[in-house]
Amino acid sequence: MLIKVKRHGEVSSSEITPQGLYLDRRRFLRLGAGGVLSAAALSGGLWKPAVAGVKLSHVAKGPYDTREELTPYESVTTYNNFYEFGTDKEDPSRLAGNLRPRPWKVVVDGEVAKPGTYDFDELIRPHALQERVYRLRCVEAWSMVIPWDGFPLADLLKRFEPTSRAKFVRFETLYDPHQFPGQRRSVLDWPYVEGLRMDEAMHPLTLLAVGLYGEVLPNQDGAPLRLVVPWKYGFKSIKSIVKISLVEKMPLNTWAKSAPNEYGFFANVNPRVDHPRWSQAKERRIGDFFKRDTLMFNGYAEEVAHLYAGMDLRAFF
Amino acid sequence: MKPMTETQWMTRVIKPVVFVMCLVPLAWLLWDGLTRHLGANPVETLNHRTGIWTLRLLLITLTVTPLRRLTGWNNLIRLRRMLGLYVFFYACLHFLTWLVFDHFFDVHEIVKDIIKRPYITVGFLAFVLLIPLAVTSTKTWVKRLGSRWARLHRLVYVIATGGALHFLWLVKADVREPVVYGSILAVLLAYRAWRRRSMPLPIGRMVRQ
Repeated sequence: MLIKVKRHGEVSSSEITPQGLYLDRRRFLRLGAGGVLSAAALSGGLWKPAVAGVKLSHVAKGPYDTREELTPYESVTTYNNFYEFGTDKEDPSRLAGNLRPRPWKVVVDGEVAKPGTYDFDELIRPHALQERVYRLRCVEAWSMVIPWDGFPLADLLKRFEPTSRAKFVRFETLYDPHQFPGQRRSVLDWPYVEGLRMDEAMHPLTLLAVGLYGEVLPNQDGAPLRLVVPWKYGFKSIKSIVKISLVEKMPLNTWAKSAPNEYGFFANVNPRVDHPRWSQAKERRIGDFFKRDTLMFNGYAEEVAHLYAGMDLRAFF
Repeated sequence: MKPMTETQWMTRVIKPVVFVMCLVPLAWLLWDGLTRHLGANPVETLNHRTGIWTLRLLLITLTVTPLRRLTGWNNLIRLRRMLGLYVFFYACLHFLTWLVFDHFFDVHEIVKDIIKRPYITVGFLAFVLLIPLAVTSTKTWVKRLGSRWARLHRLVYVIATGGALHFLWLVKADVREPVVYGSILAVLLAYRAWRRRSMPLPIGRMVRQ
């Protein structure tokens, strides 16, 4: 099958949400009438950029920018790990054509006052999108700089009112071997599971992304909804999320289950704690020939180091 | 014109053809490099492709003897040294990409890597063991070492096992590909073990090239 992946800028104007409509919706939300249900009833259909590559309208510039050179769109969308499609880094872009990111349901359950199953559009409608340029450091010692479009996970979680028993957030990726050919083999224990401690989940850096480079998230990068936790190794940033559960106990994440001596729950980027099979001291930025030093917490130490004060980062890798 | 003998056919036609074929992976790599088709991480592609061709050529080299025995086509042996030297050639390229791009000749980091990472330890050992085999591949050395030559060159079994482990230990979860290579190696080694058992020939019987 020939899969046409839309290139940067290759968007027909008919696919773009008219700015007027979009602005009306924004104004409506700003007026404070942004209850989930009423918003859905009144502005149904306005949030419509469901196709990968379609420009997202009105993405505000968010905090935490970096002046580093962006990794080209081409690299971000053709070189990544997404074992649901296959274990080669070219597999996701090659095999992503079967994934249907709409309609998409997300279950929110566990220790929340308002559990339920939500349609994707309904789930993200109340949130204003912002652009965040983050470094991404893969556990395999390569890295990128990616402009994501999304909103803080904390904002979403607050809407469902986590109870005092909620200590961790557990995320799950869609399980469907028809859409994810890589799931036909048990390379990992499907569905993919990831988790965050509550303070990590509520941290302003932790992002739920729906786009990159100002466009709807391509399937191979985790459409329609993915996590981005920039101070942790890339595998923590779970893709194509269908379930968000607030739980009391630390969830067992897929890679930790697969190789507990190699991958932990925290997986904070740390140049001083090596993977048992390779060094984490350096990384190759995609586009570079030589390696550069890896930064503590991927360069976000100022923002997040306090979360781990007093913890032995060798034991809790 | 006299028709070519079987030996002439091997040395004048087949051997040069195989010689050129062994350069194809390198030519292909260079072509992809020049046309920017090495992907988003060219250094990794360079490293992986030189590595995988080292292992492939090593397995091909180890197929020469069983194939010769099974088919009775004894002239195949005339390809073995050349194939073995190509293994060394691709191993050198593989080693160089690691030395230059991963460490940029940083001796401290290199030593640490070799000591601490089992997959690098076995890979490096396999590479080092290839050196005496490459050096003693000439006719002069074959004569000089006599029956010890064959014994020395049995190191290739250790090298191949090291190479297969090197591949197996570096993958994260999907062991399919290294298992395929490992299985081929196991068959090639099992054939030799079986043959030695069933027909104990004098060890180190020389084969003139």
